[in-house]
Amino acid sequence: MATQQTRSLARFMMAPSVVLLFVWMIVPLVITIWFSFQQYNPLNPIRDGFVGFSNYALFYSNPAFLQSILNTLILVISVLLITVIGGILLALLIDQPMWGQGIVRILVISPFFVMPPVAALVWKNMIMHPQYGVFADIARFFGAQPIDWFGQHPMTAIIIIVAWQWLPFATLILLTALQSLDGEQKEAAEMDGAGFISRFIYLTLPHMSRAITVVILIQTIFLLSVYAEILVTTNGGPGYASTNLPFLVYQKALLEFKIGQASAGGVIAVILANIVAFFAMRAVGKNLDK
Amino acid sequence: MARAVTTQHKTIATVAAWIVALLIFFPILYTIITSFKSEQEAIQGFALIPSGTFESYAEVQAQSGYFKFFFNSVLLSVGSTVLALLVAIPAAWSMAFSPTKRTKDILMWMLSTKMMPAVAVLFPIYLIFRDTGLLDSRIGLMVMLMLINLPIVVWMLYTYFREIPGEILEAARMDGASLWNEIVYVLTPMAVPGIASTMLLNIILAWNEAFWTIRLTTTEAAPLTAFISSFSSPQGLFWAKLSAASTLAIAPILIMGWFSQKQLVRGLTFGAVK
Repeated sequence: MATQQTRSLARFMMAPSVVLLFVWMIVPLVITIWFSFQQYNPLNPIRDGFVGFSNYALFYSNPAFLQSILNTLILVISVLLITVIGGILLALLIDQPMWGQGIVRILVISPFFVMPPVAALVWKNMIMHPQYGVFADIARFFGAQPIDWFGQHPMTAIIIIVAWQWLPFATLILLTALQSLDGEQKEAAEMDGAGFISRFIYLTLPHMSRAITVVILIQTIFLLSVYAEILVTTNGGPGYASTNLPFLVYQKALLEFKIGQASAGGVIAVILANIVAFFAMRAVGKNLDK
Repeated sequence: MARAVTTQHKTIATVAAWIVALLIFFPILYTIITSFKSEQEAIQGFALIPSGTFESYAEVQAQSGYFKFFFNSVLLSVGSTVLALLVAIPAAWSMAFSPTKRTKDILMWMLSTKMMPAVAVLFPIYLIFRDTGLLDSRIGLMVMLMLINLPIVVWMLYTYFREIPGEILEAARMDGASLWNEIVYVLTPMAVPGIASTMLLNIILAWNEAFWTIRLTTTEAAPLTAFISSFSSPQGLFWAKLSAASTLAIAPILIMGWFSQKQLVRGLTFGAVK
């Protein structure tokens, strides 16, 4: 029974959070939308003014645009596939009875706590460097030609790095879900003679489905805006080969000072994120009712 | 379990899991090993045993003033988390204990702000920071990190507070406890573990944030993320130094992270997986 007084108090207590987040969300977004219809170049202000949709047209006709959308999607989908499948397998493995399970968990979760620039630089220099990297050492050991990862396969290299960062997250969430599986159910299924595979398909997988959904949605939010990993490894290159949408917008805004086009790209990024968010919110919202 | 786990099964699982775990951990392990090598050693090819020199650590500090960046990282991550808690605790408290019809909508809306891609507002924020003189200032970045993590903080606190039984508060109210007493003597002791967990996770998230911290700083307010990124320009092979700097940058947070696995699951899945 909330009285009038507690109700207004509740409103008062919520106000700072709500106001801050509202301002933080609306003000910059409105400015971005406004700029996306303007010609604005801080270095060359002669032709500044309203230009309608031409920024969107320019951004769209830029060959880098389609490439960057494609790269964004390739990155998100590849990393999701690797981390979800790998995460399920790893969670199943770690869930087995073994010696030193706690330490195994700690080792597996560790990459998640490594800040993105460190992760990217370590992989770039010490693991994937075509001359001095560990991969090159391994290749030479087997008499093969070391691969120039960032020159020839920049997207693959970035996918490997980002997947390494997110595999621990997927594993941890899926392992948590797996461990909440009722032991008696498993036992009953075993008594009925269900093999490992059928137990997995009919019992474990349905039980983990919600956790898998959550992993996919949350990772997608973060993977849509991968930035530091690209900045410190390939810088988007060679050419636009490893430029994703966030990186293209950054290049347009802070390197080329084409603010209008960058803002148009930003608006497109918002739309893309909203499509994902729509599904994410529904999944999380469902959980709230329970 | 119905059948006893055979030793053979356990041995196979142990060996397999340890191999995979060590492979996943290897890049971190190799970074730590390389940080104790000299620069010549670092590029001489694969070697797991370093000579054990500390010269890279000394040089990182001498050449770049490492501890200034470290100090900024500590200040920004702890400061932004404390700010976020100050704003979020009252909000989460009122949503958990006096929910209205709109509470769920407000929570969902807060979550939705987390989904806006940072890059979409890069230039407006950059302009606002430039015009208000906040560019490369610790306060500006602290507020920025606070705003980024605020939805997660509110959500995490909300899921913790919701587990505190409401009857206890009712009882306190019946006994005539004022709101202030209710908060200080009843709620706070029960809420401290949840607040501590939230704090831990958010320090980790703020420490590792690598978009705004890189773009909105140059020298004064630059934390470790910006410092490490400056190694990306190919000025030569400084791998031992890079490794030493990296090890120092990730070590504190790695150790904190090991203690916060459960909170991580809860905080990053918004209570959907426990």
